[in-house]
Amino acid sequence: MTLTSPPAAGTAAPPPAAAPALPRWTGPAAFTAVLLLALVVVPAVAPPFQINLYARYLCYALAALGIALAWGKGGMLTLGQGVFFGIGGYAMAMHLKLTEAGPGGLPDFMVWSGVTEMPLLWAPFASPYVALPAVVLLPGLVAAVLGWSVFRQRVRGAYFAILNQALAAAFVILLIGQQGLTGGSNGLTDFPVLLGVDLNRPESQLGLYVAVVLAVAAVYLALRAFDRSRLGRLLVAVRDGEDRVRFLGYDPTVVKTLAYTLSAMVAGLAGALFVPVAGIISPALFGVVPSIELVIAVAIGGRYSLAGAVAGALLLNLARTSFSEQFADGWLYLQGALFIAVIVFAPRGIAGLAASGRELLSRLRTRRTAAPAAGAPAEGGTP
Amino acid sequence: MHALLGQLPVGLSIGAVLLLVALGLNFTFGQMGVVNMAHGEFLMAGAYTAFVLQAWFGAQSVLVGLPVAFVVVGLMGLALERGLIRHFYGRPLDTLLLTWGVSLILQQVARDVFGAPNVDVAAPGWLAGGVDAAGVRLHYSRLFILALAVLCVLAVGWYLARSRTGRQMRAVTQNRQLAACSGIDTARVDQITFFIGSGVAGVAGVALTLIGPIGPTLGSTYIVDAFLVVVVGGLGQLRGAVLAAAVLGLLNAYAEFWSDASLAKVVVFAVIIAFLQVRPQGLFVLRSRALT
Repeated sequence: MTLTSPPAAGTAAPPPAAAPALPRWTGPAAFTAVLLLALVVVPAVAPPFQINLYARYLCYALAALGIALAWGKGGMLTLGQGVFFGIGGYAMAMHLKLTEAGPGGLPDFMVWSGVTEMPLLWAPFASPYVALPAVVLLPGLVAAVLGWSVFRQRVRGAYFAILNQALAAAFVILLIGQQGLTGGSNGLTDFPVLLGVDLNRPESQLGLYVAVVLAVAAVYLALRAFDRSRLGRLLVAVRDGEDRVRFLGYDPTVVKTLAYTLSAMVAGLAGALFVPVAGIISPALFGVVPSIELVIAVAIGGRYSLAGAVAGALLLNLARTSFSEQFADGWLYLQGALFIAVIVFAPRGIAGLAASGRELLSRLRTRRTAAPAAGAPAEGGTP
Repeated sequence: MHALLGQLPVGLSIGAVLLLVALGLNFTFGQMGVVNMAHGEFLMAGAYTAFVLQAWFGAQSVLVGLPVAFVVVGLMGLALERGLIRHFYGRPLDTLLLTWGVSLILQQVARDVFGAPNVDVAAPGWLAGGVDAAGVRLHYSRLFILALAVLCVLAVGWYLARSRTGRQMRAVTQNRQLAACSGIDTARVDQITFFIGSGVAGVAGVALTLIGPIGPTLGSTYIVDAFLVVVVGGLGQLRGAVLAAAVLGLLNAYAEFWSDASLAKVVVFAVIIAFLQVRPQGLFVLRSRALT
């Protein structure tokens, strides 16, 4: 018995059938329309606090994109994506705290916990040239090392998921325990300035929102390009039959590690954007439970679809906000039930439902056009 | 030296808890390949069973609770298997997410029924206190958990090796089709497996009431560690689980002793990753010719 029990461990439903062909322009047109909606219409109609809320949701959506790549395309259930979100977030937050403290100054929380010297871990993050690349490179590095060592030994399926979750648990416990270094369970908060810009002004919040929207759009396009490249095909092939791919002469370890690293870097970027938007980063925001919630969002949106992942993250967060305002307790029931329902009835999520809807439409259409062509009487012919 | 020796019972006692918590997974995950994230909530259900029994049996509720929780939580597991999980065999990742949804709901149920704050289950009087051995204080309650763990392992070991249904269970694990061809009712075996696995979680939950107060999130504190025991021990390997629980318990205790509780978790995780480099399938492996 090897590590994955029964075949097709990574795949839930049969991999999505090719969606019925739409006219070539619909994809780009829909993308442009959504982008315009997000960039022009939403800022025009929504009040500032809602813009800020949407920016947060979009940060989660960005992390969800990474999960859709690793899980949907690669079959690697990344239950600990919050770790990378957190690393990116802390890298950014450390930089912002050091900017606030001024040259040589210690961040306020360190003074409170009795730290007198600049910790070695913090010192490099004073420079934006270190901190900003670190936002994606650090999570990437962690994922590359972990992924390589684990995939090389063909640890996969549920084992990989459990290790991911254990990583998330250990990371959060570490952050909470090292109070003087990380701010403990309070995390880091209060960031007035980013790269010389005052973050408290309404314009800068709008600017952040636009930046997040553009980041989501750019990452979406990049991951879509990756998905359509030969490497992307290989990733899907590894998901559906890792051993077969190995027998064909490819090394699944490389492609899996690459996809996992990419998804971690996306999560790191999401975490870094989240920090100035939300004004706080703390372990409660990316521990075991928020990590799984991200996976739920992807499952609801449709794990095989990048656009679905974004939609799922936005919808889940919108639903949570509007629902938990009224029935705080009911939300957990609803979330649990919704999740079960999606896995049971629509394993391909909203995107899958949309695809089967399209399929149904096109089948109806072809029947309508095909019927007369077959020579059958169009009306009243059949008994 | 004394301090070093003193960590030994601490580690073994952590190991005993881990073993009890992971023993049920040895059935559901190990034998059936089902990743049941609601296992943690089954622990919680067992603990609350003892809490409820307290109303009638007072301080003896822990003793009464052991068999009662086995049946109550076993039935919960059976319901879960019948209702949801059996439709998802062969899709472990979906089962994982599905049962996580179930665990969310169970947590909220516990919150609504018993309230969000932690509650206490009084330990029987004869478990108070402890003995001093070689300058180390051994609490009776910890010794009780250790004894319970040993007892459970012996019972499970006997069941798997000697009893008819236990041997059928192993046959199904090794080759489901062949077992079915030989006339074993595999669906029934699945149900029994799930009943026992969940029931053992209930027993473990009762034992957890001796360690500290219990609350709706009791399960989530143990679930990750429990799965790690199975990962390190090897899928469905009883002796693997025993050894892994002891090693992880000791590792936890000593890592905490030399650094602190938060670094210890990271050390343990790093050691597990390093260990998987050497033995990616855990300490003990069930050999078979299956490819994936």
